[in-house]
Amino acid sequence: MRLINVRPRRGTAVLLACLPFVVLALAYLVGSAVRLAENPSDKLLPALSTIVQTVKLYAFTADRRTGLYLLWSDSAASLGRLFAGIGIATALALLLGLLNGILPVVRAVLAPFVAVVSMVPPLALLPILFIVLGLGEVSKVTLIVIGVAPILIRDLALSAQALPREQIIKAETLSASTWLIATRVVLPQVLPRLIDSLRLQIGPAFLFLIAAEAISADSGLGYRIFLVRRYLSMDVIFPYVAWITLLAVAMDLGLTALRRRVFPWSELERGR
Amino acid sequence: MSGIEIRNLWKEYGDQVVLQNVDLTIAPRAFIALVGPSGCGKTTFLRMLLGQEAPTRGTITLDGAPLPHEPGPDRGVVFQRYSVFPHMTVLGNVMAGPELRASRLLGRTFGVRRRAIADEAHAMLAEVGLAGSEDKYPAQLSGGMQQRLALAQALMMKPKVLLLDEPFGALDPGIRSDIHRLMKRLWNEVPMTVVMVTHDLREAFTLATRIIAFERTRDRPEERLRYGATITRDILIWPPRSAGKTTIWDADLLPGRDDPTIPGPIAGTTWPKEEPDADAYPPLR
Ligand SMILES: Nc1ncnc2c1ncn2[C@@H]1O[C@H](COP(=O)(O)OP(=O)(O)OP(=O)(O)O)[C@@H](O)[C@H]1O
Ligand SMILES: [Mg+2]
Repeated sequence: MRLINVRPRRGTAVLLACLPFVVLALAYLVGSAVRLAENPSDKLLPALSTIVQTVKLYAFTADRRTGLYLLWSDSAASLGRLFAGIGIATALALLLGLLNGILPVVRAVLAPFVAVVSMVPPLALLPILFIVLGLGEVSKVTLIVIGVAPILIRDLALSAQALPREQIIKAETLSASTWLIATRVVLPQVLPRLIDSLRLQIGPAFLFLIAAEAISADSGLGYRIFLVRRYLSMDVIFPYVAWITLLAVAMDLGLTALRRRVFPWSELERGR
Repeated sequence: MSGIEIRNLWKEYGDQVVLQNVDLTIAPRAFIALVGPSGCGKTTFLRMLLGQEAPTRGTITLDGAPLPHEPGPDRGVVFQRYSVFPHMTVLGNVMAGPELRASRLLGRTFGVRRRAIADEAHAMLAEVGLAGSEDKYPAQLSGGMQQRLALAQALMMKPKVLLLDEPFGALDPGIRSDIHRLMKRLWNEVPMTVVMVTHDLREAFTLATRIIAFERTRDRPEERLRYGATITRDILIWPPRSAGKTTIWDADLLPGRDDPTIPGPIAGTTWPKEEPDADAYPPLR
């Protein structure tokens, strides 16, 4: 049988999916054990027991100075910024992307501008944001919005334009106004696509968040990582990175579930 | 009522003349079949009737008034594809027109009004043989069912004119003859004029009251750009069919057969035998 026709069965597939993770974990454990055997005070690959202890300290013990459970307070601060940024970017995308995609007049004004703005490297704007908006929350949220919104807007506009012209015409023959075409025909069909492109933007959103926190913050996941970096505390950095990854994966899965739930037809269209 | 009047219609795309000098008067309640070789401008013509494209020259009037420059609810349409909304259920698709008309802000109705529209939609779905599929999405329907759904959706608006662009081209012969019977009945019952583009001459002869053929009169390569297609044949079906009046020739004489045109020529009719008579209707190309 040709290799392209060999499909693993479900149980096998699950095992195969676990394989890379297991390999990575084993490689870490072996590497850590070898290095620690050579030099018991090595900090680069701390032993599992050290990591567990640190996690306990950060997640389940109140900080002596502030009385906070650091992992949770950091997560709350970061997720607040992240959700604010993504939320604003999504709202902008819905408004501008839809207008851009449906109305040729708006497209004439906005499309070139958005196209150029989306090429500005957001991180290069970070100093400007800090100077203009101060070192507080606003500049961090703004960075996420600037980084994520243009791509969402363009993607939404493109998928609105990609709808078959026939459907718009059909809606017109069913007496729909521009408003009704936008809200009843175009919007519901681009929302599943918006959710998918949001999933792809979770990574960049975290990137901008952590970059902003690394430079100026007093709490947050990125702040903590860059704080303990000075002490080479890999036992803190590794769990934090894993935790951020876990959060991102959970958001990704959550968004997919949301799309399936709210737009059951989008799953059917996919197979066509 | 004066039907559709098309006077001296030209359509050019840039340098290319697609249609030239089309003059046509379509009587109210007529069923026009539009035939012609691929690329001769049938879809373009239909788009102009729809208001999606503006003629380069000439005028189109509907019941005496110039055609608006955009599609509207007085002209329904079924395209070859993409005619239904994939995000609405079958019932939602059929209810869409009346709901959009009734609720200009939300595009949805509630309570008594919704129930009235739903009842009408259920009746229409039963009419086109889609009863029982109300809660499915278009992706779960076959091609033939989707086209019947598109038809039902368009008919809910009770359009004055129904425009069909090769609506049944992708269907197998069995389903196609079912749809033909349905189409005939709907045309008899709903007060509308139908213009249907088709590549299938048998379909044209089965359904239409009149067949219009578009063709390029000059088709040498160097002439292609400067000369467009125009009406080269205008065939009235005999005996005349008229909407709402079923003649014995239109009745399904042999219910056992799936296509009423199969029994062969009946004296004095233009109905085709197995294939349209090659001498009477020379090939269009
Ligand atoms: N938007 C457009 N811009 C430029 N040329 C066009 C456009 N639409 C159609 N044409 C040209 O007009 C001619 C007629 O096209 P049309 O789609 O009306 O043909 P048709 O008769 O419907 O063909 P078919 O039977 O294959 O569907 C074609 O030569 C095509 O290249
Ligand atoms: Mg065509």
